[in-house]
Amino acid sequence: MGQVTLEINGKSVQASQGITILQAAKSAGVEIPTLCDDGRLEPYGACRMCMVEIEKKGRTRLVASCLYPVEEGLSVQTESAKVTKIRKMLVELLWPAGQQYAKKYGVTRSRFATGMADCSLCGLCVRYCAEVKKSNALYFKGRGIDRKPALVDGPHATCSSCGECFSLCSGGWVVASRA
Amino acid sequence: MPSVRTAADLADLRTETLAAQKAKPVWITVCTGTGCCAYGAEGLADGFESEIDKRGLGRQVGLRRTGCHGFCERGPLVVIEPKGICYLHAQAKDIPTIMDKTVLGDEVVTRLLYLDEETGKRVRTAAEIPFYKHQKRILLENNVLIEATSILDYIGVGGYSALAKALNQMTPDAVIQEVKRANLRGRGGAGFSAGVKWETTRNASGAPKYAIVNGDEGDPGAYMDRSLLEGNPHSVLEGLIIGAYAMGATEGFIYVRQEYPLARKHAQMAIDRAREYGFLGANILGSGFDFDVTIHRGAGAFVSGESSALVNAIEGHVGEPRPKYTHLSEKGLWGKPTCLNNVETWANVPFIVNRGADWFRSMGTANSKGTKIFSLVGKVKNSGLVEVPMGITLRDIIFKIGGGLPAGKKFKGVQTGGPSGGVLPEALLDLPVDFDELDKVGSMMGSGGMIVMDEDTCMVDMARYYVNFLAHESCGKCVPCREGLRQMLTILDRIAGGQGREGDIELLEELSEFMEMASLCALGKSAPNPVRSSIRYFRHEYEAHIREKRCPAGACSALIQYEIDQTKCSHPPCGACARACAVEAIQKIDTGAYWVLQEKCIKCGSCYTACPDKFHAVRKAPVAWPAWQFPSTPVRTEITV
Ligand SMILES: Cc1cc2nc3c(=O)[nH]c(=O)nc-3n(C[C@H](O)[C@H](O)[C@H](O)COP(=O)(O)O)c2cc1C
Ligand code: FES
Repeated sequence: MGQVTLEINGKSVQASQGITILQAAKSAGVEIPTLCDDGRLEPYGACRMCMVEIEKKGRTRLVASCLYPVEEGLSVQTESAKVTKIRKMLVELLWPAGQQYAKKYGVTRSRFATGMADCSLCGLCVRYCAEVKKSNALYFKGRGIDRKPALVDGPHATCSSCGECFSLCSGGWVVASRA
Repeated sequence: MPSVRTAADLADLRTETLAAQKAKPVWITVCTGTGCCAYGAEGLADGFESEIDKRGLGRQVGLRRTGCHGFCERGPLVVIEPKGICYLHAQAKDIPTIMDKTVLGDEVVTRLLYLDEETGKRVRTAAEIPFYKHQKRILLENNVLIEATSILDYIGVGGYSALAKALNQMTPDAVIQEVKRANLRGRGGAGFSAGVKWETTRNASGAPKYAIVNGDEGDPGAYMDRSLLEGNPHSVLEGLIIGAYAMGATEGFIYVRQEYPLARKHAQMAIDRAREYGFLGANILGSGFDFDVTIHRGAGAFVSGESSALVNAIEGHVGEPRPKYTHLSEKGLWGKPTCLNNVETWANVPFIVNRGADWFRSMGTANSKGTKIFSLVGKVKNSGLVEVPMGITLRDIIFKIGGGLPAGKKFKGVQTGGPSGGVLPEALLDLPVDFDELDKVGSMMGSGGMIVMDEDTCMVDMARYYVNFLAHESCGKCVPCREGLRQMLTILDRIAGGQGREGDIELLEELSEFMEMASLCALGKSAPNPVRSSIRYFRHEYEAHIREKRCPAGACSALIQYEIDQTKCSHPPCGACARACAVEAIQKIDTGAYWVLQEKCIKCGSCYTACPDKFHAVRKAPVAWPAWQFPSTPVRTEITV
């Protein structure tokens, strides 16, 4: 694989072609917040916490760094004004989930009536079960604002109670939903 | 098998077909589109058929069951050709009269003709009806002339001649250049250049390549694509085959929304016939080009109409948008180059090939060419499907074609672009219908939904309706869209419920901006449009709800109460309101008058509807109606229950 040179927060960074901005940033020591990213799983692009501002041929764009592949000459800002605005709003909207980033982005409370327990629908449990365990015991039920992770029930149930998904969940939702 | 091998075969077939049709001097055309069928058009057509049989007129009189004519509201529609006499609201009992007078005789059945309210005159043909007169019907024109499931009818009006021309006389690149030069822009939403998309797909490496028809049509109340697929499926198919040839696709899909069984059936019949005749399959028209098409039944949600979600659905996955930053034209269906266009976009293609890019460019504005079909609904006198040249003003569509608003109501706004579009106020009625102009003012062309609203529509309620729709029709995967919509809905609920707070408007604006920046797909990015545009043009309505707890349109039930204006109520009272009330909230007080008990009232509005027009005594009043506005206020304590 070839190498490309890009700029992250003004610093020149070398990265191998095909990796994402998030991975390139990590190896260059730049921390980008994430909620739905897990190295073992396919990038998912749902939490949008990892959004960064990129500049290419003079045009700027907001992209999810967990999905966007590195490109030669790309200039990336991981904490631009727009990016921090987005993260702040995300922390507020997901409150109390995502609180680990509250302090960094100066959020002390949410202006919204939030509260789907602590679930941010990052999908780590569902995806881990499908992609790593290959057992598809969990799925997303409903769509839109009714979407929830759920356990496949009845004759098609495949949960072997390995419990590995418990630790993936930062909000304890998986345990709660099994109770 | 009637296989067509060459362009000459096709021309012969057309001549034969036209001759066979000419053998019958009179044709009765019954619209059997979904709208007319709801009014019993199938039975009407059956009635004509047996009447023709009974009278032994099978050789002289032909019968055609066609797709939607557009003026569904006045259905069932019957047109007698070749004179073009157009009857509205035709019933089975009218059949003998129509047969005697118009089919066999030279007279018209006056009472079934359109009555022009302005001139007070009845008009004989569709072309004279204002609803049709101001339209420019190109894509929809053949809907009236052909039986949807008859490939011969389609060939009779010139069908598949564009395909023959493209395959025999044009290189794939020449087709692409023609479509590019015509500047055909996508009719499904974003208005992207079809020619450019085809070219990218052609130039992308990978095989096979796929061409897809997007017939998901999730916009509530819109039925442009449905009418094309139901009424003239071959035109969509012909466009698709030409496009496939141009971009080098060998397999095609027609994705049809689950709720459209008839569209699916007709599309399937079109595919089967086309294959039989040699317009699909191997070596089409002897050109060496192979292409075939399969129908895919849609999965239901609005979001599945989004291009990458649709591709996921065809692959058998959940119909959710792909988060990837790649184009379908490079990595689409099963990772292969794929081109997706809307039903109406494809239907334009045969016309462009046959009549040329210059002809197409002669209609429209600088950057929006051709015609556009709109589904004109809401508070207009003439609702239905209308096809207009690009560049026509919204005012002309609503007032000339739509005939304005019924019951002398005042125009308030028009929503274009469906749930992801925006609402535009009276001041913008002279805006031309144009992709870029609509974008600039905060709405969009979308797929062609157009909902007219009158003074009784509350803009907060309108925004809430769309936000609620999208909150349930998005996939719910990404946080900005799902949680943004959830909070927008909460805020709008609270404003409409009289619980709005200072700062709510600004919070909605902040959420809108955030969702546009951060959402994963175009649904979330465009979802704030109804909220944004209604705040932009009707901010005072939001403010009235929040600051004065008043709904200026009198639509938000939490902010109004029904009252009986004692000065208008009849003497003695007729009691229609009390009888209509299901919860006994309207009772007689000791003066003999009726009174609404607000504690019991559930604000269903039945009394408002029940009160005879001549009295108009039940009114919607703001909950905190100042006492001085009552001409004579009975004191509440007088109520005896
Ligand atoms: C939420 C959402 C729903 C959509 N629904 C439809 C639809 O029902 N029909 C359609 O043709 N395009 C729909 N689109 C647009 C498609 O993504 C795509 O742009 C279009 O089919 C491309 O065809 P065109 O270029 O001919 O318009 C939708 C887009 C979004 C974001
Ligand atoms: S980590 Fe990229 S969207 Fe969640």
